[in-house]
Amino acid sequence: MIETNGTILSVNDLKTYFQTEDGVVKAVDGITFELKKGETLGIVGESGSGKSVTNLSVMRLIPEPPGKIVGGDIIFNGIDVRKLSIDDVRKIRGKRIAMIFQDPMTSLNPFLKISTQLMEVTRLHLGHTKEQAREHAIKMLKTVGIPDAENRIDNYPHEFSGGMRQRVMIAMALSCDPELLIADEPTTALDVTIQAQILELIKDLKERMGTSVILITHDLGVVAGMTEKIIVMYAGKVFEQAPTKELFATPANPYTKGLLKSVPDPAHEQGKELYQIPGLPPDVAHLPPGCPFAERCERAEAICRSQYPPFVQINENHSSLCHFAKEVYAESVAEREKL
Amino acid sequence: MLSFIIRRLLLIIPMALLVITLTWVLVRIAPGNFYTGEKKLPAAIEENIKKKYGLDKPWYQQYGIMLWNTVRGDFGNSLKYERETVNELIWRSFPYSAIIGLLAYILALAIGLTAGIIASLKQNSGFDYGSMSLAMLGLSVPNFVLGPILVLIFSLWLYWLPPARWSLSGIILPVITLSAIYAAYIARLTRAGMLEVLRSDYIRTARAKGLDEKTVLLRHAVRGGLIPVVSFTGPALAGLLAGTVVVEKVFAIPGLGNIFIQAVLNRDEPLILGIVAFLSILIMVFNLLVDISYGFLDPRIRYE
Repeated sequence: MIETNGTILSVNDLKTYFQTEDGVVKAVDGITFELKKGETLGIVGESGSGKSVTNLSVMRLIPEPPGKIVGGDIIFNGIDVRKLSIDDVRKIRGKRIAMIFQDPMTSLNPFLKISTQLMEVTRLHLGHTKEQAREHAIKMLKTVGIPDAENRIDNYPHEFSGGMRQRVMIAMALSCDPELLIADEPTTALDVTIQAQILELIKDLKERMGTSVILITHDLGVVAGMTEKIIVMYAGKVFEQAPTKELFATPANPYTKGLLKSVPDPAHEQGKELYQIPGLPPDVAHLPPGCPFAERCERAEAICRSQYPPFVQINENHSSLCHFAKEVYAESVAEREKL
Repeated sequence: MLSFIIRRLLLIIPMALLVITLTWVLVRIAPGNFYTGEKKLPAAIEENIKKKYGLDKPWYQQYGIMLWNTVRGDFGNSLKYERETVNELIWRSFPYSAIIGLLAYILALAIGLTAGIIASLKQNSGFDYGSMSLAMLGLSVPNFVLGPILVLIFSLWLYWLPPARWSLSGIILPVITLSAIYAAYIARLTRAGMLEVLRSDYIRTARAKGLDEKTVLLRHAVRGGLIPVVSFTGPALAGLLAGTVVVEKVFAIPGLGNIFIQAVLNRDEPLILGIVAFLSILIMVFNLLVDISYGFLDPRIRYE
């Protein structure tokens, strides 16, 4: 056992690569982060930045081949997940670490009743009998706010709306009272009012059950009110890591600044064209030698294109991957003071 | 559900009559008759034959009589085998075709499903490439080639099995010949269906729940993966039971396919119509069975 010090998950220099016809895709390339018990961590980034692969790696759910975790440590509660046999990993999946996926329409099995899908988790991990499992499943459905749970439990997924299905997913994920919940874009496929309800539900359950949460999203608005800490990912790397308030107030990375500027702010910018970061995310199979964001960066200089940027420590909890991290941070602080 | 079945069963009647009509037209517009031979018949004899079989009546009357006989299910006697009715001939030959067909069907399912599922689980492995190449070969080699090749190897060279005889050892080769193409097709369908399901989000969910691979496969993947197979195997079973002309001819099996080809060659109109009616109803019933089984396989499908 490794000393945990209140840390539930510690990921150190994780590298997950995919072997493709186009060469090696470094989907996750040296990610490091730590999650304390009861904390909520937000992972933000564009599509293809490696957010989901990071978390699938934690669960050892990377399809192999073509994927492979080639380096780094994943320490969950003192257990080195990478060294476990697949049978031992299965004892963790669904029981101690649970996952909610993006699309509730396709993440539930359309051929099986909700009851079957809910009951199989607790029968497997908690050794429930059929009756216990059913009772527990109904209790969980009530907890996530499904009305008439006693009757709805025998319905099929297609008989539920999108929001209700995501509630069922959450009930399923939380039914073994996991220590860590990974929510991979839990609200992306839902409409806005349902989004707010689902986020509120996750927040509420997390507080009641004391679960630690990793919230993956591409929507900065989602993580703002939910998380204590945020990681911004780009091209398989951590670009910036900071406590949520600090990241929003004084970002130290041009990419984060770009993302923040892209959030619509109707109160101040009505009538103006919405800002967007120019260009497209890079092809992670063929990354240039310098900073992967250099091509799209407003303040990129020659050094950005030739040399890989350093991971600069701004303060104890705040770091940024940029040649000019300190300057960007200083600008952010100055802008902040002007307001 | 019940009203759906009844509606579909009722629909079989006009469909079968339409098929019969088209067949009748085709038989009639083809030149010649069952009594035309190399020598021209004397006019008086031809007259008598026409009278006996009602061929002297106007065409619409003949058509009406034919339809009425079809509806009653009485096609009369065969023109060639005059002592037997069409129905007797069909019921005598059908069991041979049905036994061969059913065995071939079971064999094709056993081989096809096993190979397809293993290939999908071990995608891009040696087994995958090997079995799928074999399946491609099975699809490309027509059964009139495969049958004689098997006879050549197992009967004439190895002396293991008889080339043709209605016995336990005698039906091995025809069953293999008949099932090869179906096994190949089922294997490919199974592999494709399973691969699609295994990549789907809900399989990832099942794995994220900590279920072992056996449960993931049997409880979560198989049902969705086999739906394309079911839609193929229903009509395929009907086709197999109906007998195949080539295989029955190659192995001298006195089945439905064999008398069907004889009937066509002899221009034996009642027998042709009787077999066509029988086969079309058989196929439509099996299609209905497939549609009903969808409802059990996929809860999203409901019949009103």
